[in-house]
Amino acid sequence: MSHKKGHRCLIPVGPYHPLQEEPEFFQLYVEGETVVDMDWRTSYNHRGIEELATHKTFDQVPFLVERVCGICSASHPLAYVQAVEDIGKIEVPERALYLRSLVNELERIHSHVLWFGLAGHFIGYNTVFMWAWRYRDPILDLLEMTTGSRINYANARVGGVRRDIDNAFMPEIIKGIDEFLPPLDMLIKAVLDDPVLHARLKGIGILTKEDAIKYAVAGPTARASGVPIDVRRDDPYAAYDLVDWDVITQEEGDVFAKVVVRLLECVEAARIIKQCAERLPQIDGPICAEVREIPAGEGVGHVEAPRGETFHYVRSDGSPRPVRHKIRAPSFNNVPSFKASCIGYTVSDVTITLASIDPCYSCTERMARVVDRKSGEEILTFADLVKLSQEKTKRIKEEMGV
Amino acid sequence: MSLKLKALKKSPWVYHVNTGACNNCDIEILELLTPRFDVERFGVILVGSPRHADALLVTGICTRQARPRLQEIYRQTPKPCVVFAIGACACTGGIFKDAYHFAGPVDEAIREVDPNAIIAYIPGCPPKPEAMILGVVKALQAL
Repeated sequence: MSHKKGHRCLIPVGPYHPLQEEPEFFQLYVEGETVVDMDWRTSYNHRGIEELATHKTFDQVPFLVERVCGICSASHPLAYVQAVEDIGKIEVPERALYLRSLVNELERIHSHVLWFGLAGHFIGYNTVFMWAWRYRDPILDLLEMTTGSRINYANARVGGVRRDIDNAFMPEIIKGIDEFLPPLDMLIKAVLDDPVLHARLKGIGILTKEDAIKYAVAGPTARASGVPIDVRRDDPYAAYDLVDWDVITQEEGDVFAKVVVRLLECVEAARIIKQCAERLPQIDGPICAEVREIPAGEGVGHVEAPRGETFHYVRSDGSPRPVRHKIRAPSFNNVPSFKASCIGYTVSDVTITLASIDPCYSCTERMARVVDRKSGEEILTFADLVKLSQEKTKRIKEEMGV
Repeated sequence: MSLKLKALKKSPWVYHVNTGACNNCDIEILELLTPRFDVERFGVILVGSPRHADALLVTGICTRQARPRLQEIYRQTPKPCVVFAIGACACTGGIFKDAYHFAGPVDEAIREVDPNAIIAYIPGCPPKPEAMILGVVKALQAL
């Protein structure tokens, strides 16, 4: 295609487009076929969950936050209950810790295999999509057997877990994981040997280690760029310090490395699940600590969700409802790294690079901008928000006497 | 029965619209296409443009940003078409009914454009894939 040097075109992608299942609007600035700049607009999925949470009691909020994102519906409630347990300094029984790890790792396998299938779909390789999702189904069956639902688990609760998993199910879980491992091994070998995937994914969308640190990316996106961060190891929660597993990293930073990291993480997750399922029958005791009331104070909780670190902040004033609940999901950090990983590639490669961080826009959209309809002016501009934030910090400092 | 309606019932092509869902209903819709359920054997295909679609699968609460776009997508869909409100959010607003970004349920947004729209409701959070298949079958039988 001939083009004048320096002649820019804008390709709008979205908000409703067949590539991803969520609405988001990408603006790709191209010269010829090369993407030279890009921008993104969202908020089609913004629902105002943080505000809703302040109208619910501490025990009701987990049901709300598991609907922040349907794929991380075990991670968000866990991060929230850890934040509340941080306020109340609540000790969680050991059995509950193992049960939390078990469900979270089953979710990680389901999410990573789901993404792997979609990645195949994005590059037009639907065989990968069908195979990956076929082998994901038994994992969903395990989740349905143990928690009662395929996707929304309602598992975490302040002080422990809501429902016990009967010890009679443990051999079934181990059997299910053992049956999942050979197909997973086949998928990994297929990826490493497949010339089509090599041609489409290797050396594409490279996020260098420096850029990964600069953009503060999280989760598999960071680990594929050689940044070995993992909340499960760095600040252990649930039962992750009690079981044996490894953090997977790759150095290349391209899309292929992200595929490899995610698939190998499934193997590690299977290891964790098996260890939990083997140990749970030996651990008796309660599954939930008795929680009378949440004192005034503030707490934070973070969890390694399948996409990276998800962070919840909760403040309480002693009433039965949280006064403030702040959620920061991993995609919020990962999405801006497009600026580093997409520039300079062709449009066809950018589509898979956009998907390679496994973006979750329903997690990310935590803010709405209000614009006056008549004048077109923002009610609160960026400068106003900064001013409000600085005033508040000053006030809190005065209250604390610093 | 008109020829158009007869053709629609033989193999409904569907377009998936996420108007502020949490991805749950969306991944369950994709699950329908994959080997365990494989609705393609009944002629149901997920298409990339509303102009090719016989049915809209709408998931999620209708947010303020998404509402005008949903109405535009409905205008672009050839009639007759069936709108499936999938999941508790799309049917009623569900757990988000008090949210400030909620702009009314999906059926209200669609009826504003076309008062005689055919709307089918599949409740659940998320509805199981079997429930979605049953919902589609019931809606097609009722046409």
